Amino acid sequence: MSIAENVAGRSVEKESLDRVVIRFAGDSGDGMQLTGMQFTHTAALVGNDLSTFPDFPAEIRAPAGSLPGVSGFQVHFSSSEISTPGDAPDVLVAMNPAALKVNIADLKPNGILIVNSHAFKGKNLEYAGYASNPLEDGSLSGFRVFLVDLTTLTRKALAETKLGQKDTDRSKNFFALGMMYWLYNRSMESTYRFIDRSFAKKPELGHANRLALEAGYAYCLATEVFQTTYEVPPAKLPAGRYRNISGNSALALGLVAASERSGLTFMLGSYPITPASDILHELSNYKNFNIMTFQAEDEIAAVSAAIGASFTGALGLTTTSGPGMALKMEAINLAVMTELPLVIFDIQRGGPSTGLPTKTEQADLFQALFGRNSESPIPVLAPCTPGDCFHIAMEAVRLAVTYMTPVIVLSDGYLANGSEPWSIPSVDSLTEIKVSFRTDPDEFMPYGRDPVTQARPWVKPGTPGLEHRIGGIEKADGSGHISYDPGNHENMVKRRAARVAGIANDIADLEVDGPATGKLLVMGWGSTHGAIVGAVEEARQKGLDVSRAHLRHLNPFPKNLLSVLARFDRVLVPEMNLGQLAFILRGHGATNIDSYPKVQGKPFKIAEIVERIEKALSEVPV
Amino acid sequence: MSTVIEPGKNGAPAPLTRKDFVTDQEVRWCPGCGDYAILNAVQQVFPKLGIPREKFVFIAGIGCSSRFPYYMNTYGFHTIHGRAPAVATGVKIANPELSVWVATGDGDALSIGGNHLIHALRRNIDIKILMFNNRIYGLTKGQYSPTSEVGKKTKSTPYGSVDAPMNPISLALGAEASFVARSIDVHAVHLQDVLMQAAAHKGSAFIEILQNCNIFNDGAWEDVAAKEVRDERNVDLRHGQPIKFGKAKDKGFVLKGLEIEVVTIGENGITEADLLVHDASDPHGRLAWILSRCTWPDFPVPIGVFKSVSRPTYEVGMHEQMARAKADKGPGNLERLLSGGETWMVG
Repeated sequence: MSIAENVAGRSVEKESLDRVVIRFAGDSGDGMQLTGMQFTHTAALVGNDLSTFPDFPAEIRAPAGSLPGVSGFQVHFSSSEISTPGDAPDVLVAMNPAALKVNIADLKPNGILIVNSHAFKGKNLEYAGYASNPLEDGSLSGFRVFLVDLTTLTRKALAETKLGQKDTDRSKNFFALGMMYWLYNRSMESTYRFIDRSFAKKPELGHANRLALEAGYAYCLATEVFQTTYEVPPAKLPAGRYRNISGNSALALGLVAASERSGLTFMLGSYPITPASDILHELSNYKNFNIMTFQAEDEIAAVSAAIGASFTGALGLTTTSGPGMALKMEAINLAVMTELPLVIFDIQRGGPSTGLPTKTEQADLFQALFGRNSESPIPVLAPCTPGDCFHIAMEAVRLAVTYMTPVIVLSDGYLANGSEPWSIPSVDSLTEIKVSFRTDPDEFMPYGRDPVTQARPWVKPGTPGLEHRIGGIEKADGSGHISYDPGNHENMVKRRAARVAGIANDIADLEVDGPATGKLLVMGWGSTHGAIVGAVEEARQKGLDVSRAHLRHLNPFPKNLLSVLARFDRVLVPEMNLGQLAFILRGHGATNIDSYPKVQGKPFKIAEIVERIEKALSEVPV
Repeated sequence: MSTVIEPGKNGAPAPLTRKDFVTDQEVRWCPGCGDYAILNAVQQVFPKLGIPREKFVFIAGIGCSSRFPYYMNTYGFHTIHGRAPAVATGVKIANPELSVWVATGDGDALSIGGNHLIHALRRNIDIKILMFNNRIYGLTKGQYSPTSEVGKKTKSTPYGSVDAPMNPISLALGAEASFVARSIDVHAVHLQDVLMQAAAHKGSAFIEILQNCNIFNDGAWEDVAAKEVRDERNVDLRHGQPIKFGKAKDKGFVLKGLEIEVVTIGENGITEADLLVHDASDPHGRLAWILSRCTWPDFPVPIGVFKSVSRPTYEVGMHEQMARAKADKGPGNLERLLSGGETWMVG
């Protein structure tokens, strides 16, 4: 008898919901990321729209039970389109007192709180800073609290296995997952497959996890701990084949696609850094594609080797985060001077210095635009959703090889680790990236220029008759010989600037969602997209007149940017820094910019932006 | 009747000469600089390697020595301070068929670029690193370098340097380099011989070239490199040969425990059979290490090849791995990759 069959006979009520936000929280060793990912995969297979937000500490294993060691995973799943992981959870699963303490303030009033009651005693309460047991002192009276001794129940369920208590206790996250599957009427099939795959080499642990999962499900069934179960029907997404994708994974796949669509071999030089390392990991698996990966001795060597590869006729790539960007800048300027293509991914995190390695921020915009010596123009792009990372990666490659320039992509920790359903594009629909190498020695000039793109020729060493030298010293226009001539220098500075500025002719205009003119435009860049979309929708439902635009190209800007801005009384710019884009827009002459900074290592909530929209509109003179 | 194809005739490519490697750029080293001799030696050696000119790539960092690529009519890249081995690594990975050479100096390679140097050597990527050691910063006009001797008075050390110098050969051996050698700028025959051996070596090669800076550190190596003292103060290492020196080749090294002792053949009953025989083939470089510690004035300075061993190169390993993945999984299929993992249909 399968558990699923048994479920059919139960007497509890089933309620249909449009959207639900669940947050799993526990010690960093409690497997909360895995639990959240499993729930997410299952929701994806059901056909829900979804958005996730993993939030974990920088420490691999902070002291057990401590506040800094709390790891959380929030998943928002729905039957209609959603754009963020949700402002506040409807359900909080707290594995210990520290997890409760850190997360309880976010739980919605009357929200469902499931706690592992086993952990609420002695030292654990002390570590979390609780003077009295919150399960007993009435402080949780505003929530629907379900006390479940996950630890003891899991131990009982696994009694037949020969595992020690330590291993047994590690399965309790699967018990909790089983409960959530019951509560939301989900199938366990996808997780069964995951267990079979992941524990193929340790079948005894796989068996234990499966037992715990089923025990959690059966526990709800048998005890009727929940009087109601919930159903979130599939969302009406556009037709197509979907997969769940994170931003980092999408960047990696975008590079593979760009390699295939350009016919170029790529060489990724990288040095491990949070939250960018996953791109290196993923690309290192694709050895049967034409992508080489090289883990260098440091950030500088990583980008330098990538530049060496670009000089050789492969496309050099490098992936990093803010501190690594700082180290790479001198080398990136070498690529500016030698006009070599190079693609740089900066997966931004909280800073300055080491900052908040696992938290998100958008404060590297100034660094990307201005963080190098002298006049150093570089195209800068920013993806707006995890799925958009795929397309931005391809666009970065296109610009780099077409214009012979380094290109910086600014993603961030929120996009990198967050995930959403992604409509898998057909290969034929992907842009073909045209690349040509110079092979003709006749009248060859290393710094001769394409009349349209102003790009210099790309030559592969090994090509007879085109031997030439390039380097970081200023070049004579055309010949590329060393030149200290004052007039030539100014000319070359302007040429480099004009070549990058000219890219504006080769990118899409900025589109406005909503009326093209009005009182208020909300404009963002990068990962704030989801929160802004959600906020603008909510504001419109309240009858407010508000438009929205989102920048994917930060240098150069779309040609119509300033005219778009000028058609609104005010432009609200939410960003996870102290107003960097706002500063730049003002520098371009915009006088109607209303900066909305937030620098907490956390993404914007929809409600926060709605509030600012209301405030901004109330201040606009009628 | 068969046609005899002679180089330069009947359509066969003309053999390359030194001139083929000379650029039209005016050489801008100071008159009398040791770099001229090194440039000449490299331009003499390259035509003899049987490699087409377009397959050579010269990479440099920053410093006087690093202007080298501009004067070599090959592909060349004058990069940034200290990073030449890293850039060269990218070049060699991207196209293992190229013959990749690095010109660097004691400041560029050992100070700002120390990290890249040791990692390129331990990785055994097939690049040839020529490190010009003049024991001074020349391009920045005369500050002490990581190989300057203690007490050296320079612009930045007017009271004398208190900084302990580094031994480049010991460093390279410690970094697991598979080929380690030393030569002298003005010792043309020896330098060309060492360059030929480095070129033939598969793997990273480190060659320290003792070089004079006649402007900021004139006589940097005069004590050991000057023609008139060379025979007595250099000892030329030859694999499998007894380690001998002196005008009459009558002096040599013997090994006592872990110590080198200088002996004279014919004195105290010493015969040639007693001399230490050089072994460059030890993968651990044990003898090479002991020899690297021999410095003037306690010992004549060893030149030649300290270590030359065969071990897998990085770029070959990397490309073999990729070839194996293609053979096992088939060439990458983008469509399959994009729809990998768990997917579902909508509509």
